[in-house]
Amino acid sequence: MRLTTALFLTLFLTMSAATAQEADSSLTVDSTFIAPPDVTPVMVKNLSARDNPNDAGGSILIKWDLSVDDIEGGKVTHYQILRAETSEGEFEEVGEVPSGNSQFIDNRADRGREFYYKVAAVNQRKQEGKLLWQVRSESALSGPVKSTAQWFDMRRLNVFVGMIILCGLIIIYINRAKSGKPIFIRKIAGLDAVEEAVGRATEMGKKIFFIPGISDMDNVQTLAGITILGKVAQMAAEYETWIEVPVSRSLVMVAAKEIVKEAYVKAGRPDAFHEDQVHYLTDDQFGYAAAIDGMFIREKPATVFFLGNFYAESLILAETGNSIGAIQIAGTGQQTQLPFFVAACDYTLIGEELFAASAYLSREPKLLGSLKGQDMGKAIILLALLAGIILESFNIFQLSQFFSVIE
Amino acid sequence: MRREIPLLITAIVGIFFVLQYFIPHPPFNRLNGWFSDWFSIIGACAIWLGALNLIRISADKIYRKRSDWGFSVVIILSFLLIVVIGFKEGRDFRNPGSGFDWLYNFIYTPLSATMFALLAFFVASASYRAFRARNLEASLLLVAAFLVMLGRVPVGDAIGVSLGLPETNISKVAVWIMNTINTAGQRAILIGIALGVVSTSLRIILGIERSYLGSE
Repeated sequence: MRLTTALFLTLFLTMSAATAQEADSSLTVDSTFIAPPDVTPVMVKNLSARDNPNDAGGSILIKWDLSVDDIEGGKVTHYQILRAETSEGEFEEVGEVPSGNSQFIDNRADRGREFYYKVAAVNQRKQEGKLLWQVRSESALSGPVKSTAQWFDMRRLNVFVGMIILCGLIIIYINRAKSGKPIFIRKIAGLDAVEEAVGRATEMGKKIFFIPGISDMDNVQTLAGITILGKVAQMAAEYETWIEVPVSRSLVMVAAKEIVKEAYVKAGRPDAFHEDQVHYLTDDQFGYAAAIDGMFIREKPATVFFLGNFYAESLILAETGNSIGAIQIAGTGQQTQLPFFVAACDYTLIGEELFAASAYLSREPKLLGSLKGQDMGKAIILLALLAGIILESFNIFQLSQFFSVIE
Repeated sequence: MRREIPLLITAIVGIFFVLQYFIPHPPFNRLNGWFSDWFSIIGACAIWLGALNLIRISADKIYRKRSDWGFSVVIILSFLLIVVIGFKEGRDFRNPGSGFDWLYNFIYTPLSATMFALLAFFVASASYRAFRARNLEASLLLVAAFLVMLGRVPVGDAIGVSLGLPETNISKVAVWIMNTINTAGQRAILIGIALGVVSTSLRIILGIERSYLGSE
């Protein structure tokens, strides 16, 4: 009895499907529902499949013109993307996109293998999560296509050009500086105050604390910070003042120790260097802040430097330093932390000033040349900004599109 | 050679790191992951350098009875406690209900949260100093901050309405200050930072900036 019912139902559904659809359509229905007449969407046209550009291979970009039935309240609910390895092969679904979308990226296309694609415009009805009926029209075939890897990401061409211009300017000015041409660098109050800050600690007979932030050696701000440490430590060694560097990363500790040691040697006082001047506390952000706050309160240093990468601990540290009356010089590339440092410290190196500090303090021509090149890069950006404001305000040209960056 | 080899490694790795941004072709597309993995491995090994340094300095402080040596006792005991419990529990140390988990949830997290909570008080004291109307710039800062703070709470618009201003005007002013003036200032700083990063990176790759390497 059951077998007879199943056979009858299968026959009935097959006949209904054949009636409801065109030759190139198929029908999938629930056991009790059939598609009403005239619901089959018109298939998509102009299907194209090509290698997805600017990637490492492994993906195919499929594009098509929307079905004429893909309108609000129309006959298309979504599109199914079908793929086969031969033109006559069995096509399997590799993805779907909602109606209104006319492209899909197949990210599972093995590099170098040929594939064929079809897109099916699908109309279906669901009730309470259950599929009642589904009809679809498959497009013509597109292919063969295979994915390949590219040797240059063209979307990043603007970044590449910008980098070449900036690096070129920096190298030109480094060479100029090497040839002995004088280079004017504007005064940076925070860096001019370094000597005064070290001198103050000497006069008061108190310690200097240098905090290089909570990031590791892979952060350029940490590198900029510990580069300044060398200059500060040398001054401290010359003035015979104790400088202490509590760090939150083991690799920073190793690097900072070498730098401070070298500074003492340069100052002619290698005997005054003590291994414990640079010491590790903890990797934990607030544990580090608590430990340093404790040292500030107990030891009351005369001078504190915060130079590196800081996050939420910046104000906890700087306010504690402020409360004990220490002269504080801070610098970070974290723009969200800059206001805190400005509010709590005596001097703040804002943005690029942190990266300029090494050159500014050393006055080495090659380093100063790179600063000048960097400033010229900034001048070019300012001109581009000005031109962009004028062109876009008068709707002449969308200059900003040249500056969009793909992550 | 002690300087040349690190400089050479820095230059090669730096150049490859730049190239991998522009070249999606293998093996360049995997370089970022490889370098990150290597950095993590080196960092993980180096953590012992830091831990041993901490223990050595703390033990020395206790041995010599230096000032505040009691804190060093707390450091060593805390360190040993978490290490011993962590090792004892092996791979299951993160499981809920483990000793390590208890220490993490009931000791570490509250202590960390307490430090973070202090920020509220520090923000208040720093704001008090920063917003004192000593000159024109500080006065502008005070007015802007006052409007932003007022615009971020419902009572701001209520005050605006009571003063006869159309509803939501104060919050709109706050949004305008943040989106227009504040964003413009932040982007200016960001451009400077980006240029500084490029310049510093180039100096390091070219070997002009060497002071981070320490001794000769």
